[in-house]
Amino acid sequence: MIKLQNVNKYFGDHHVLKDINLEVAEGEKIVIIGPSGSGKSTTVRCMNFLEEPTSGEVFIEGNQLTAKNKLEVVRNSSAMVFQQFNLYPHMTVLENLTIGPIKLQKKSKKEAEETAYRYLDIVGLREKAMVYPSTLSGGQQQRVAIARSLCSEKKIILFDEPTSALDPETVQEVLDVMIQLSSMNITMVVVTHEMGFAKQVADRVIFMDEGTILEVGSPEHFFENPTHERTKEFLSKILR
Amino acid sequence: MNSTNPFALWRWEALFQNFDNVGSGFLRTFQVAVLALALSLIVGMIIGILSTAQNWVPRSIARVYVEIFQNIPLLIQIFFMYNGLAMAGLVLSEFTIGVVGVGLYHGAYVGEVVRAGILSMPKGQHEAAYSQGFNYTQTMRYIILPQMVKSILPPLTNQAVNLIKNTSVLAIIAGADLMYAADSYASSSLNYGPAYVLAGLLYFLLCFPLATFSRKYEEKLKKNDSIVVDIPEVME
Repeated sequence: MIKLQNVNKYFGDHHVLKDINLEVAEGEKIVIIGPSGSGKSTTVRCMNFLEEPTSGEVFIEGNQLTAKNKLEVVRNSSAMVFQQFNLYPHMTVLENLTIGPIKLQKKSKKEAEETAYRYLDIVGLREKAMVYPSTLSGGQQQRVAIARSLCSEKKIILFDEPTSALDPETVQEVLDVMIQLSSMNITMVVVTHEMGFAKQVADRVIFMDEGTILEVGSPEHFFENPTHERTKEFLSKILR
Repeated sequence: MNSTNPFALWRWEALFQNFDNVGSGFLRTFQVAVLALALSLIVGMIIGILSTAQNWVPRSIARVYVEIFQNIPLLIQIFFMYNGLAMAGLVLSEFTIGVVGVGLYHGAYVGEVVRAGILSMPKGQHEAAYSQGFNYTQTMRYIILPQMVKSILPPLTNQAVNLIKNTSVLAIIAGADLMYAADSYASSSLNYGPAYVLAGLLYFLLCFPLATFSRKYEEKLKKNDSIVVDIPEVME
């Protein structure tokens, strides 16, 4: 479904991704962990070309992403949930959810709204359809953002630290929604520090450090006997 | 024998007996200002969008436009249209010159306001739109511009105030505007004092409510933690 092949990324002189190779199967749930600056956000952002790799290839459903076809591939295949939610503040919740399907997937307004309400039910915010995002709490905004990512019914959803900007007490409501999604046949790539979530839904956990993938394994592997010293050190810090 | 005081009562009486001229000048100024404002908004929107394009060609076009119109005095631009274009065979009415001249000139400033507005939008808005598959034009149209309008309203209103005041350059080419009407009445009657005071007051009546609105609205935006677009004042 997603394949990164020898992906390198530089920001100026800074080598943030070093020869990343990664394959994600259809429907797989991947959790990427690692210290800040390890390149985990950049890795997911390369998967929809929000960052274009300096070298290497990215394939989505077998098609190589290029500067030319990236919009089309993104439009057809992937959605993203951001740390800062990035809802459109001038639109109601319902409009946030329907603008993409109406303008990009050419759905009728009625059809798009029906779909939107279906996903608002899943995230538990049907009654907020007509309000503006600024009236919602952080956790509610992120649940709306997740509903928005679902509305275009794409096969891949990328999560870039979806709970890092939230108050501690609202983190769980967002994680609960994401756990619910994990039972759908959606390929999920999640950058997060939430190890409980990783344990519950991840098929594979990827540990990144200094721009490389240091260790890949099942959640059990990470919790019971991580191989690398660096991984142990990191886990001991965040599991404390 | 009338008093020679420049603001003597009889001078005011004389002025108001001739108010028709000043009144129609005021109306003319108002018309020119409204149409020039409309033109400057259209031009400014285009220039602002071009100046934030990814490609360097539209960016350079916008840059050249802004630099030319901002760095040459409005008066010379008006003279150029009045005399220069006329010599080239294109004779425009004073009214048209007022609308087009002032409109194009302020279009450059509005363009800078729009540019600052677009750049003030959080990067996350562009990223969210891209991640859904919106292209540049769609992102501008559905996501960026509608949000931006609110935050650029104060600096835009300040532009409108400057534009209204700047329509007074039309007096130089006998534009039949408020300044011209006041000035020609003043020089024919020698009632300079009352004529200029009245003209000033009428400009003030147009501008003050706008300036007040701009200030109040900006305070409101700041209170709501909305994005406030701050344009360095490089004007006049």
